[in-house]
Amino acid sequence: MNNSIVQLRNVVKRFDDVLAVEKMDLDIEEGTLVTLLGPSGCGKTTILRMIAGLEDCSEGDIYIKGKRVNDVPVHKRNLGMIFQDYALFPHKTIYDNVAFGLKYRDVSKAEIKKRVTRALETVRLPGVEFRKPAQLSGGQQQRIALARAIVIEPDVLLMDEPLSALDENLREEMRQEVDNLQSELGITTIFVTHDQREALSMSDNIIVMKDGLKQQEGGPEEVYDAPVNHFVADFLGHCNFYACRILGRENGLLKVEVADGKTLYSEHDEGWDVGKELELLVRAQKIEVVARGDTIPDTEVNIFDGIVKSRMYMGGEAWYFVELQDGTVVHAISISREFPFRDKDAVTLHIPPRHCRLIPKET
Amino acid sequence: MFKIKGWSLIRFYTILVYIWMFAPIAVVILLSFNPQQFGTFPMEGFSFKWYGDLFHNTTIIMAFKNSMILGSLTAILTTAIGIPAAMAFIRYEFPGKNTLNTLLLAPIMIPEVVLGVSLLLFLRWLQQPKSFLLLLIGHCVLTLPYVLLVVQARLVGIKRSYEEASLTLGAGPFQTFREVTLPLLTPAVMAGMLFSFSISFDDVTATLFWATAQSQTVPVKIFAMLRNNISPEINALGAVMIVLTVSIPLLAGYLARRFSRRLE
Repeated sequence: MNNSIVQLRNVVKRFDDVLAVEKMDLDIEEGTLVTLLGPSGCGKTTILRMIAGLEDCSEGDIYIKGKRVNDVPVHKRNLGMIFQDYALFPHKTIYDNVAFGLKYRDVSKAEIKKRVTRALETVRLPGVEFRKPAQLSGGQQQRIALARAIVIEPDVLLMDEPLSALDENLREEMRQEVDNLQSELGITTIFVTHDQREALSMSDNIIVMKDGLKQQEGGPEEVYDAPVNHFVADFLGHCNFYACRILGRENGLLKVEVADGKTLYSEHDEGWDVGKELELLVRAQKIEVVARGDTIPDTEVNIFDGIVKSRMYMGGEAWYFVELQDGTVVHAISISREFPFRDKDAVTLHIPPRHCRLIPKET
Repeated sequence: MFKIKGWSLIRFYTILVYIWMFAPIAVVILLSFNPQQFGTFPMEGFSFKWYGDLFHNTTIIMAFKNSMILGSLTAILTTAIGIPAAMAFIRYEFPGKNTLNTLLLAPIMIPEVVLGVSLLLFLRWLQQPKSFLLLLIGHCVLTLPYVLLVVQARLVGIKRSYEEASLTLGAGPFQTFREVTLPLLTPAVMAGMLFSFSISFDDVTATLFWATAQSQTVPVKIFAMLRNNISPEINALGAVMIVLTVSIPLLAGYLARRFSRRLE
């Protein structure tokens, strides 16, 4: 056996006739933060709820610490769960909320008091013991929810879109906080989100899901830089996609022909046959935009001239939609400090071969 | 000149409607303080004479006691039945759920006469005598739908995640109900109890069929008194009834609002 603390084997979930989760296998290693990422309705929350025991699985087995838990009721699983709406008990004080889980464990009154106080310190909210949840802000309520879940020292912490109810700035702050707390306590965490930035910034491992199926599993860089299909690429960020065909190999690079006759070179080569039809993808952030006439050092390939068709100022970054001579529009995001190009400016694009990825053609 | 505008007409009309609705009630309360045997206006004096008589009339005191006991027991029983029933309907799936729910709410739609007669016939079929127990069962049937409706409505508003959070923290289903669901349900339970009590307390139609000589309730007693003679005592009794049956639902509403505000 490996050191997986949570394992799913062939787990299927059907709601009446709707297949919510299809043959899911999952191994979650102790001490890691794993994110289930996908659009709403992809089954990510259902998986979390099945691990928690709040839903039964229709087929398959779930193991926690090597023990099959399919028939273990929720309250015997020793898991901490954080809900999207915090779910703090509105009629109880913060102290009673945090102490709630300890009441059902063999913990003395004095010990409960000690552990509640410590948990509140951990989430940096000491001294709110005797307030009611409604007297706290959204971010504070989320911290209390966190304190309530970690105080019972759960085997696994399950978080169901815990940050989505917070506003942008607070979300950023809480994201860091959850991340710090997780690495500090070393608690295995399964995090469900539809926000790719949350997933990329926090996770040790990301599981991208769609329609109840696992699409890709891997570290943040892997999932972002080497997506296995169109969906994963698109979901994790801004991409340009072009249908293409393999022409051959030149100077150690794969030469592909894009639909309208342009040729590009890619470092990504999985030994495909010449003539194979694939899809070429380039992340918008990886495309270099320079003024026409400026030279791009060290390269002669994958250079295209175009005209800025429209642009968007996004604060930290600038989005350009560049129209090439043949009418293809390329989305490029530049994070330079200036915002140099205006509509109708003549520019040159460089698409580095190492950022050209090839994925199976969408059917 | 004074100009009559559309709105003042409507205001005038509204006042008339209210007078029409509340004048009889006001008259009853006023006349209950009239010392004369036959109530006429203007009142000649003011006294608590009829209230005094009322408290010395043993049959009325008996009836009042009956009504209080019956109302309280009905309130307790219907909430005891209503809370688990509402939980089942809102929180769980089972076959025949909708049919059963409609059936439980049916007593609201069925005319009370029909309900009164049928329960009586059912008792005949069982060859049981009329008794206080019959009255209690009957009143539970009458008031259960109201308790169910109130509790269900509140339960729908209690997010599942509270209960789920409690379960994940290690509390079993019963502990979760006791520690989380029930406290959040309190306003509805209180309101349901008071509804149940006040409906039981002033029901006449069905109770006429079910009451025995020993288990007369106040409204049935008033009805009987009216048939014999029109004593001013009835005014006093009426006034007491009015105050009770108006204030209890108001109190219920007030409590429900206060509790739910405190919870938010």
